Amino acid sequence: MDNVVLDIQKLSKTFGGVQAVNNFSLKIPEGSLQSIIGPNGAGKTTIFNLITGIYKPTEGTISFNSRRIDGMETFKITEMGITRTFQNIRLFSEFSVLDNVRTACHMRSDYSVFEGLIPTPRRNRQERAVTDYAMNLLKLVNLDDRANEYADNLPYGHQRRLEIARALALEPKLLLLDEPAAGMNPDETQKLIEFIAEIRTKFNLTILLIEHHMEVVMGLADYITVIDFGKIIATGTPVEVQSNPIVIEAYLGVGE
Amino acid sequence: MSPYLQGILILAGINVLAVLGLSLLTGFTGSFCFGQAGFLTIGAYVATLLTMELHVPFAVALLGGALFSALVSIPLGLPTLKLKGDYFAIATLGFAEATRLIVENLEKITGGSRGIPGIPTKTSLPIVLVLAVVASICIRFYVVSRHGRNCVAIREDETAAQAIGINTFRYKQISFFINAALAGLAGGLLSHYVGFIQPAMFGIQKSTELIVMVIFGGMHSVTGAILAAIILTALPEVLRAAAAWRLVAYGAVVVLIMVTRPQGLLGNWELSRESLMAIWNGLKSRFSKKAVGVDHG
Repeated sequence: MDNVVLDIQKLSKTFGGVQAVNNFSLKIPEGSLQSIIGPNGAGKTTIFNLITGIYKPTEGTISFNSRRIDGMETFKITEMGITRTFQNIRLFSEFSVLDNVRTACHMRSDYSVFEGLIPTPRRNRQERAVTDYAMNLLKLVNLDDRANEYADNLPYGHQRRLEIARALALEPKLLLLDEPAAGMNPDETQKLIEFIAEIRTKFNLTILLIEHHMEVVMGLADYITVIDFGKIIATGTPVEVQSNPIVIEAYLGVGE
Repeated sequence: MSPYLQGILILAGINVLAVLGLSLLTGFTGSFCFGQAGFLTIGAYVATLLTMELHVPFAVALLGGALFSALVSIPLGLPTLKLKGDYFAIATLGFAEATRLIVENLEKITGGSRGIPGIPTKTSLPIVLVLAVVASICIRFYVVSRHGRNCVAIREDETAAQAIGINTFRYKQISFFINAALAGLAGGLLSHYVGFIQPAMFGIQKSTELIVMVIFGGMHSVTGAILAAIILTALPEVLRAAAAWRLVAYGAVVVLIMVTRPQGLLGNWELSRESLMAIWNGLKSRFSKKAVGVDHG
């Protein structure tokens, strides 16, 4: 097996009396695209919030490249190379498309707070480099012609792509996508699947994808973990999972 | 220039300094600060005591007041900047009131509620103008820097800001620090202009007045805050003819603007070469259209 990028061991999270995640373990090898699927409220987003430090685990450990990250602050985990998108898109709506990406480039420049107050040639040089980098990235995701529009004014599918582009600006090693196809029609979904496959190779990414819709992960994922009520109920390749009777019963629903 | 007009301009300049940081902290970073008077108090008293007790040069006194005020923001920010929304506003309100009461009770040093009379009036219009202009330019540059973008990201969506690796707490601290420094500077200038300070000058109405300026001018515009500070300082003077009714009229103007333009006077418009060019081009095309209309008529 290749290098394990993300190693989750016996992760649990309770909110009051509710067991949102229960004894969840997962290993993600470098370069793979894994998926967590499950019905609404199964605990998928909670797992993302645990990986990215928004929640602290009740029990269990999370390691990224063999370093423990559970309990770390979100921005530190991001600095280490894990970025995410959100189920309900979270763009900076008062920013232009370009500035959404430029903001995510803040680690690409290192001019000081003092140079923030009084521009120096160094600041101007770094800002120009950041703008060039952001524009190139927008070109890659076909949003460069909309660079100066407000992010809020973009169509839904474009907003999704912009949010992914913003995450890519951080040059992550591991990208977490939280239900990227939520609210999309079949046509947009198909385009999104192609887009994810494309950035995966272009950016050499390891991806963990949460989805509610089976058909999205079928064409993309190497390996699938199915959860229900915070617990793993099945694992396997897309074909294995699709034909697993437990999955069909608990998740797809019999006779629907 | 008449001393009366000069006085208004000096007060306007001091208010510009007092709202610039507030615009950054509340308008751009999204932390609603309701205790600006607290930092003004600290700046005013520290600068005054430096002048009157230690006889330091004016510049050193001003710097001392600004620095002390900024340093106070650090321990104050540690527990409070983690609070969300309204809770931070209330915490800063409490800080300002506590500061005022402490000054009132330290009678031996501050003269208590009777205040300190006879402060040398060293604040002049050129000094205030230079400081206000320089600070305005610095803040204007700051909000479009990578640091400024990070601040706006925090205001727009703190969780998303964290998720793209922004140390949100640190950036709130920086905004709070810059705000406290500028407010402290404004306090020192104020005490050396009026020649007299007492705690009653820095009550809750002072904090309200300053935050109203930021909201009135446009929360997301540095230019708006500056413009509002100038307009709202001059307005009571302009309305002087209305005698006893002038403060009612002042309130009515503020209400009218907020009802008709909830985003503030300027919204998120900023003064820049690009925005001026845009206005110029807009005017040009309007006039050329009119010219076409005349031809056809």
